Amino acid sequence: MIRFDNVDKVYGSGHHALKNVSFHLKKGEMAFLTGHSGAGKSTLLKLIALLERPTNGNVFINGHSLNTVTRRHIPYVRRDIGIIFQDHRLLTDRPVFDNVALPMVIEGYSHQEIRRRVAAALDKVGLLDKARLLPSMLSGGEQQRVGIARAVVNKPPIILADEPTGNLDPALSMEILRLFEEFNRVDVAVLIATHDLGLIARMRYRTLTLREGQMFNDGLAAEPSL
Amino acid sequence: MSLLFERRGQGASDRKLSIVQRLVSWWISHARQATASLGDLWRTPGPSLMTMLVLGFSLSLPAAFYLVSKNGAQVADKWSSPAQISVFLKKSVALEQVEQLVADLQTWQQIQQVDWYSKDDALIEFKETSGFGNALNYLDDNPLPDVLVIEPTAAHQTTSAAKLLVEALEELAPVSLVKLDIQWLERLHAIVAVVEDTFIALATLLCLSVILVVGNTIRLSILSRKTEIEVMKLVGATDQFIQRPFLYAGIWYGVFGAFLSWIVTTILLWWIESALNHLTRLYDYPISLQGLLPSESLFMVIIASGMGLLGSWLSVRQHIRAIEPTS
Repeated sequence: MIRFDNVDKVYGSGHHALKNVSFHLKKGEMAFLTGHSGAGKSTLLKLIALLERPTNGNVFINGHSLNTVTRRHIPYVRRDIGIIFQDHRLLTDRPVFDNVALPMVIEGYSHQEIRRRVAAALDKVGLLDKARLLPSMLSGGEQQRVGIARAVVNKPPIILADEPTGNLDPALSMEILRLFEEFNRVDVAVLIATHDLGLIARMRYRTLTLREGQMFNDGLAAEPSL
Repeated sequence: MSLLFERRGQGASDRKLSIVQRLVSWWISHARQATASLGDLWRTPGPSLMTMLVLGFSLSLPAAFYLVSKNGAQVADKWSSPAQISVFLKKSVALEQVEQLVADLQTWQQIQQVDWYSKDDALIEFKETSGFGNALNYLDDNPLPDVLVIEPTAAHQTTSAAKLLVEALEELAPVSLVKLDIQWLERLHAIVAVVEDTFIALATLLCLSVILVVGNTIRLSILSRKTEIEVMKLVGATDQFIQRPFLYAGIWYGVFGAFLSWIVTTILLWWIESALNHLTRLYDYPISLQGLLPSESLFMVIIASGMGLLGSWLSVRQHIRAIEPTS
């Protein structure tokens, strides 16, 4: 589903963020992406979402090289990827419902379809009763769940999450990871960037560890003492 | 259609819809965005109103120019009508010939009325009024010609038609000289043309400023919604989708600007008319000013919304593309 082929990324400033990174995340596979801050986790996610382009090498999604995607077609690639951000990236002046509906409005779905699917997504994250509230009226965990509902509302085959449990206590973090597991069960590929090693250790999923831009470890999580 | 996943449907394009259904949903989606952008303007009433007022006043000037020139033309038409043509006959023409000519001319369809001032009457009048009475007695014969004063029909009072009539009269054998006193009118027309050209240049500049004002307003509103645009780009919105509400906002600015300028010009007209009435009463020459006709008002709205659209298009083309999400 997602394949990195000897990918290098050097930023304009000369910072070498990724060095010769290769891995393959299969269809319906769930994995953690970990490493210290500055190890290249965000850069790796950005390359998948076409927020950045690789300096060298190739990123493939479903066998298609992203290097061949023109600027005009970037939005269509992003519609296939549900992205969850650490800072939620919600529209603060719109109610929860509108936030979740945004990807479907962009794709031009009908009103009934939007209402049905948004309700289903909000129900899944347990926020159906808060659809009319503004994001600022919700707690951090609830806002994160709104972001998750938005990412999954149009049923993308890939979900990327950047520090989805960043500011949450362990119980809430676990709750959110259980949600990802549910999506993963319906054959969605899930890649979660996190530095919460305790969490990773409890979940026993494949873990990609980056260190100074290189793929340091690819397998089950090492001990938290890493 | 999904770019990377063949069997994955995306939105309206992949659902099985007839062409009519797609057309309907296209219209509905545009109507929805047009209303939404109207709502956006409503949510920021201060800046929106300011822009609309600037547009309204800027458009009022060209509209007022237009009304002035339209009413001016109407008034000038009344004055410019060469109401009288003086025809001087040759001195050799006999009395019977003159009578015959007058009778002839009265049958011309271009001519309303012919007044004959005979040379004898003219001499008597001249003697009385000029003070040369005694000197004139020394002359052997009357030096004055017979004069016919011709009033064309209404249809032939325009400058060009009157000129044709003058040419026809000059062809006649007994006629020595035909005088149509329109030189001062031609000068007036020339002055009016210069004034009109100046107005057109000013109006063009004002329309340009309208376009720039809209462009700048839209630029500010794009920048103030930068985060929102970033989020939309992150979840897969195309530039076209993002720019549409801004384009509609430009159109709305134009529509409301035109409406405001219509109000301003109507008030202006009413104000000028009351002043003008006083003036024309003194001259005993009543004028009623014409306002904007419905068709002209509609034209103004269309032009203004077109300028709004152009201004916002210039702005979105540049600024929406420039906003790239960073995560």
